[in-house]
Amino acid sequence: MANMAQNGNNDICIELATLERRLRLFLPSHCLLLGEEDLRPYECDGLTAYRELPLAVCLPETEAQVIDVLRTCHSLGVPVVARGAGTGLSGGAMPHAHGVVLSLARFNKILRVDRAARLAVVQPGVRNLAVSEAAAPFGLYYAPDPSSQIACTLGGNVAENSGGVHCLKYGLTVHNVLRIRVVSIEGEVFEIGSEASDAAGYDLLALMIGSEGMLGVVTEVTVKLVPKPELAQVVMASFADVARAGDAVAAIIAAGIIPAGLEMMDKAATAAVEPFVKAGYDMNAEAILLCESDGTPEEVAEEIARVTAVLNAAGASDIRVSQSEAERLRFWAGRKAAFPAVGRITPDYYCMDGTIPRKRLAEMLSSIAAMESKYGLRCANVFHAGDGNLHPLIMYDASKPGDWERAEAFGAEILELSVALGGSITGEHGVGIEKINQMCVQYATPELEAFHRVKAAFDESGLLNPGKAVPSLHRCAEYGRMHVHHGDVKFPELERF
Amino acid sequence: MLTAHSLDDIVAAVRNAEAAHTPLRIRGAGSKDFYGGLLAGEVLDVSAHRGIVAYEPTELYITARCGTPLAEIEATLAEKGQMLAFEPPHFGGTKAGSIGATVGGCVAAGLSGPRRQQAGAVRDFVLGVKLVDGTGQVLNFGGQVMKNVAGYDVSRVIAGSLGTLGVIAELTLKVLPKPVAETTLVFDCDATEAIARLNDWGGQPLPISASFWYDGQLWLRLSGARAAVAAATGKLGGNATVNPEKHWISIREQTHPAFAANPLWRLAVPSTAPTVELDGLRAIEWGGALRWYAGEVDGDHAAVRAAAAHLGGHAVLYRAPESLRCLEGAFTSLPPAMLALHRRLKKAFDPQGILNPGRLYAEF
Repeated sequence: MANMAQNGNNDICIELATLERRLRLFLPSHCLLLGEEDLRPYECDGLTAYRELPLAVCLPETEAQVIDVLRTCHSLGVPVVARGAGTGLSGGAMPHAHGVVLSLARFNKILRVDRAARLAVVQPGVRNLAVSEAAAPFGLYYAPDPSSQIACTLGGNVAENSGGVHCLKYGLTVHNVLRIRVVSIEGEVFEIGSEASDAAGYDLLALMIGSEGMLGVVTEVTVKLVPKPELAQVVMASFADVARAGDAVAAIIAAGIIPAGLEMMDKAATAAVEPFVKAGYDMNAEAILLCESDGTPEEVAEEIARVTAVLNAAGASDIRVSQSEAERLRFWAGRKAAFPAVGRITPDYYCMDGTIPRKRLAEMLSSIAAMESKYGLRCANVFHAGDGNLHPLIMYDASKPGDWERAEAFGAEILELSVALGGSITGEHGVGIEKINQMCVQYATPELEAFHRVKAAFDESGLLNPGKAVPSLHRCAEYGRMHVHHGDVKFPELERF
Repeated sequence: MLTAHSLDDIVAAVRNAEAAHTPLRIRGAGSKDFYGGLLAGEVLDVSAHRGIVAYEPTELYITARCGTPLAEIEATLAEKGQMLAFEPPHFGGTKAGSIGATVGGCVAAGLSGPRRQQAGAVRDFVLGVKLVDGTGQVLNFGGQVMKNVAGYDVSRVIAGSLGTLGVIAELTLKVLPKPVAETTLVFDCDATEAIARLNDWGGQPLPISASFWYDGQLWLRLSGARAAVAAATGKLGGNATVNPEKHWISIREQTHPAFAANPLWRLAVPSTAPTVELDGLRAIEWGGALRWYAGEVDGDHAAVRAAAAHLGGHAVLYRAPESLRCLEGAFTSLPPAMLALHRRLKKAFDPQGILNPGRLYAEF
């Protein structure tokens, strides 16, 4: 055993020397990081609980260099993990111990903003918010707005199919990207999608978006820009219980209204946020809803009146409508600062990302309350209520032995309940390494096998981001055994179909 | 002809075809037999596997078996004031006695209607699919929730794949509320002016849900809140028209004279692309992004495709006499590396190549 490990280590050392020599053939020294000190900042992404040091970090500056990195790694059999800003929350950009991190950070140029055609061509390392800023002089913006938009990059958004608070009305990344340029692991360049409304052949754009760096490396992105609405206003409503707030969400949709944003926070979340941002939230409410309307002033006035009537009928205990842009931003400030605010009241928190049918919300929240006592950890809930995407923030202390393990088990139980309620283990953060076991719960063997075949059609070598997003069948068998071993069938009260 | 009444029937038909290495030609109502490559193989009629499985108005989705007519789905949605926002063509569904397009065929063909410019295409509304692959395996992708990034988004790829990746057995589609108000304005202008105006309006927050230019007239449909439609009407001018619904249905169903040409080319181009490159322009849709051209049976087809490519788009030989369909594939051919990728993907779902061979490309 000891000898084998030794041999394994020797192999890696030889590999590293060869790899370095080969990479230096085309990468200038400022584009290649080696050695622990320089590699350390890349050991994790936004999910800090999972860390791994790569062999090397490549920071190419041209597409030709990206192609060369991929060809080199392919010929040496070295895994490649592409990385944008590293803000992802599922460990999708966590390095591979025997692999290379391919950072697209230097692909940070906006190549073209086309006012007439309402699109922007950008490199993948361009920050999400920078696209909207560049489009602003034309009265246009890029609609998907993940909470990390100040830092996260378009390449990462494409990899994860990122959403945001406005995706109920304006869609996810998949609805707002027109074209990408992709390099395969073999160094072949593909143009996928186009500036036209569709392209010849299969809709590979849909397949690539959200594929978590498993199918190719994006070197250029063309996004759709949309006209900035003249006005936006937000209604804030308080509810004495969460079930009622959940019903109010359904009532808004049933009334034929698709708001620009529809968000919910529970009492634990508002309690964490209010001292931090002073948004004026109702601290007595069990849940508050934020419902945004945008469009022309006439349109907004009409919709706000309808929303207010629906919320009143749904039993809201208090309703306030933002009277100025400053007040609208203040109402939102609390929701947007929910993660850091929770970060102030607990040493660490673990953010989950399950999606459920909206009507099961009350059920989910009461189950989470039960899990809080089961695991001895607190949980605050913020919720993209309009599209059923829940972000429970499990609070724990990484310095306390056993706390992280309990947080992880707590999170896993929420995700598995999301599937049992008819939803998904991830709405917008991706599977990455974090939810790899829960993929075994959401999908059966035939679908997982199909995913592996899709992966092989793009990357037969399996070198792009190995071990992420889609679990091996072996891993699922192990995970299944572990569950049986523990002896408790999950959610026996639920009908399975 | 094989007739499938159930999922089990579809699975059995595919397994038998796989064992015997005989190709299957999957068919719903047959309303789009004219579209794509020439039809080959034994017909697998799935129109009897029909019915709405689940409809949750407040969750904004509907789940239906592949053979369910669009007409039935739209009537059910209309009872709750909702719609399929991509406004798909029924092709014959409006005639008495014809069931018209099925939901399975609608998604397989991936054809969207006039509202596509505002709401998005078929693929934007596909949430989940139950697929029988080329080995007879039943696969479930996606689900019934709006946001789901677990696993590759196979369900959206199925849209427009023309049955080459699997038999669609069941679909879940996102639905949306119908707009409260709708009005249609008509402007007199030539094609160049129409394209300029449509792109200018497209950059402004206006509730434009459809556009159609034909024979010197630009038709514009506004949809949304009552106040928004009224404000935009005041701002845009143009002439009001009576009974515009019939007009938009004739565009959706392509019974309008603009579509009477045969051969008929469909060009998807950037909305700002100029019109000067080609003769035979019949109509413009989708804010300038969709152009219809009359072709000639013995015309220069390569020139049409080259012109579309030069403009940054692609051309589809949308409708043509059988003699021409034999010679000229419907879709613009793919670069070699892209074609190879398509074949590998096809093989991942249909290793024997028995599902709708040649319907998309002659090579698979």
